[in-house]
Amino acid sequence: MNTRPDVVPAVVPGSGARWRTPEIGRVAPGSAEAAALEEIWKTKPGLFGWFSSVDHKEIGKRYLVTAFLFLLIGGIEALVMRVQLARPNQALLTPEQYNQLFTMHGVTMIFLYALPVLSGFSNFLWPLLLGSRDMAFPKLNALSYWVFLFAGVFLYASFPLGQAPDAGWFNYVPMASLTYDPGPNIDVYALGMIFLGLSTTVGSINFVVSLFRTRAPGMSINRVPVLVWGTLTASVGNLLAVPAVSLAFLMLWFDRQFDTHFFDFTQGGKPLLWQHLFWMFGHPWVYAIVLPAMGIVSDALPTFCRRPLVGYTAVALSTISTMILGFGVWVHHMFATGLPPLSLSFFGSASFVIAIPSAVAVFAWIATIWYGKPVFKTPFLFFAGFVFLFVVGGVSGFMTAAVPLDWQLTDTYFVVAHLHYVLLGINVFPVVGGIYYWFPKFTGRMLSERLGRWAFWTMFIGFNVGFFPMHISGLLGMPRRVYTYPPDVGWNTVNMVTSVGSFVFAIGVLVFVLDVLRGLRRGPPAGANPWDAATLEWSVPSPPPAYNFAVIPIIASRHPLWEGRIEGVEGRSCVHEGPLLHRGRETIGSTMLDAIPNVVLVMPGDSLTPLFTALTLALAFVGLLIHSVLVAALGTIALGVALAAWLWPSAPDAPVPEGAHE
Amino acid sequence: MNDAALYARPLPVRGTRWASTAWWGMAFLILTEGSLFAYLFFSYFYLASQSTGPWPTGGPPDLLYASINTLLLLSSSAAAWWGERGIERGSARRLSVGLVLTILLGVVFMTIQGHEWANRPYAFSTNSYSSLYFVITGFHGAHVVVGLLMLCALLGWNLMGRFQRGWHLPVSVGIVYWHFVDLVWLAVYAALYLSPRLS
Repeated sequence: MNTRPDVVPAVVPGSGARWRTPEIGRVAPGSAEAAALEEIWKTKPGLFGWFSSVDHKEIGKRYLVTAFLFLLIGGIEALVMRVQLARPNQALLTPEQYNQLFTMHGVTMIFLYALPVLSGFSNFLWPLLLGSRDMAFPKLNALSYWVFLFAGVFLYASFPLGQAPDAGWFNYVPMASLTYDPGPNIDVYALGMIFLGLSTTVGSINFVVSLFRTRAPGMSINRVPVLVWGTLTASVGNLLAVPAVSLAFLMLWFDRQFDTHFFDFTQGGKPLLWQHLFWMFGHPWVYAIVLPAMGIVSDALPTFCRRPLVGYTAVALSTISTMILGFGVWVHHMFATGLPPLSLSFFGSASFVIAIPSAVAVFAWIATIWYGKPVFKTPFLFFAGFVFLFVVGGVSGFMTAAVPLDWQLTDTYFVVAHLHYVLLGINVFPVVGGIYYWFPKFTGRMLSERLGRWAFWTMFIGFNVGFFPMHISGLLGMPRRVYTYPPDVGWNTVNMVTSVGSFVFAIGVLVFVLDVLRGLRRGPPAGANPWDAATLEWSVPSPPPAYNFAVIPIIASRHPLWEGRIEGVEGRSCVHEGPLLHRGRETIGSTMLDAIPNVVLVMPGDSLTPLFTALTLALAFVGLLIHSVLVAALGTIALGVALAAWLWPSAPDAPVPEGAHE
Repeated sequence: MNDAALYARPLPVRGTRWASTAWWGMAFLILTEGSLFAYLFFSYFYLASQSTGPWPTGGPPDLLYASINTLLLLSSSAAAWWGERGIERGSARRLSVGLVLTILLGVVFMTIQGHEWANRPYAFSTNSYSSLYFVITGFHGAHVVVGLLMLCALLGWNLMGRFQRGWHLPVSVGIVYWHFVDLVWLAVYAALYLSPRLS
């Protein structure tokens, strides 16, 4: 792809639009230009700055911390359940309490931890990886975080009252219908999920447009890091899939509140419609919460192998094809519902086929380690551990894609083992490894190598001791979601081992948390590029300045910081000289495929509007939950006002002010 | 002259339509909203295929008003397009006329739609068909109302002199949403009004 601007047809200024030629130059640290950029981009100190910041780095860190707190809450819920199940006939929890705990554990981990934590990484990293000064829509980014936070609190609102969602995270009807679950439990879940879906949707739009429009000059589509491919694929997947679950929950809420009959078979509705809509969303979602994490590994693992990723194009394509296939496998969650054999065969085969792109990625990672010169630092351990766990989880998934075996195993602990290998293996291990890797960039300080090794080995051993025996209890016939079991059916030992393993895993997580808390205050300074990594984010100081890049970098390869030093990396990128854009809050917009600059983007400054908009939404949803038309109407009207203020266009003759607001 | 210096070329500030980011944001919002309607139609045809009783309840809904409405929305899209072309050529007045026409056609559509809803022989809670009929047309109606509010805001801003040639990005973004709302109506019309007549 030729991205040299001198062969691009010259643009013709005129037709009333304002045109500008960016100044090209260098910015020395401490120069007047650097001071001007700092003044334009920095978030004001204090509470006002905290609530109004639209800096993607602030928002990314908030996402990471909030999602991690939800991980700890979900983890504590799991530990309580493991105490209950450690021995037969325990009475620590009532059946109803157990139902709420396993439901909230699933909801928390899958919706409030797994995707938001990856959004945290992507929010912080994307503009740094893409050579931009912020995301395409910084205010939308802030809105996405606030809505996530409020929806998370909303989903937990009825927990202290003992009326949390209690029909499992996939919430099948008729159990979740008003007849069998009359409390507010399911209404909280239904409205909370619709609310949370708004955050996912606006966040996804932001990622997609950022990728297509805010890449640095020369970063053509075949030069973006694999993490970007992962999050892009997940975001497009979310845009296509999230409406299914929002609609399903809205219909369920209508069924419960307005006596409609979408899922009620007595008046022509079908309970299976719920399962279809839920899994049409649910299965692509599974890939949305693993593909960006796989991208983390594809980008960070090569740093520790001292060579580029083997098979970049194959890995990028396998990422996309996994998601495409992921839209055609939802019925494998429904093999036991009496669907016609043709449908079972089709969806069973499609589920087998997904093994192919997954295997492409696995072999690419193994080959990268094989042909590289591995450096066994903590992040490497987590990424290598991930490859192992991914294979185990993949094999058990492959097994359950076989219809007859699935009939035997469905709703047993075998499935619980499979999904935990997949979700912890492909999400939690890369995430913790990713935090060890990027913590220097987040904070400017290093984590402890010694504590990191302890954390990894404790987590890895605890995880396998805790979750591998679940395969066995499943094969022994133990159903999932039972609050206890009798002593004479042969499940005592496996359950005790599982419980012990889960506590060992929890200790590993605790070591990691302690390391982070210690590193924040006493970690040694990191410098710009402590791992000698290849990608753009390591070209700026740690932590990066508010404006990210003093000049917009010009990119000539996939590995701008390894050019000419590492075998096979050609090109001549330029990170010290480029467009300045230091007279306003501005960055470069470029064409979708070749990344040829085609617009100067004027970026919004800090604003309270996103927080206010999220609050109006929260008000509207609370109104719906408590059946108050007044509160819901107030929230909606306030939302309209907030959006009008948000979108108010600037006058055509107004000069672009210094420090710049839309 | 080194490589960096090659980038010292004139660029539009903010950009219009495809050169902007806002237009793309709207395009992907439309993608996700379009999927929402696809799932609604999936629900409709799934329950229709599984139905044992008469579907639709009381025969297919009447074609006359829905067909008038189809024509109204199509002409409203044309009016919006005509107005947008106006501002692209520098005529804020033509944009205002186009927007007023679009809004009027949209309001007449909603009035007829309200009349349709009031005259249904069934209610939201009668059975699965009626629930779907109201939720699909209701979702579309809600989109029309949001679209009308957007058009009114654009009209207000235009009267305040906020738009001119080369400086009308919100107009392009709002109007593409309105085209989407009209396109969805064609799908609603085909699914709810035409498809039951095929069998």
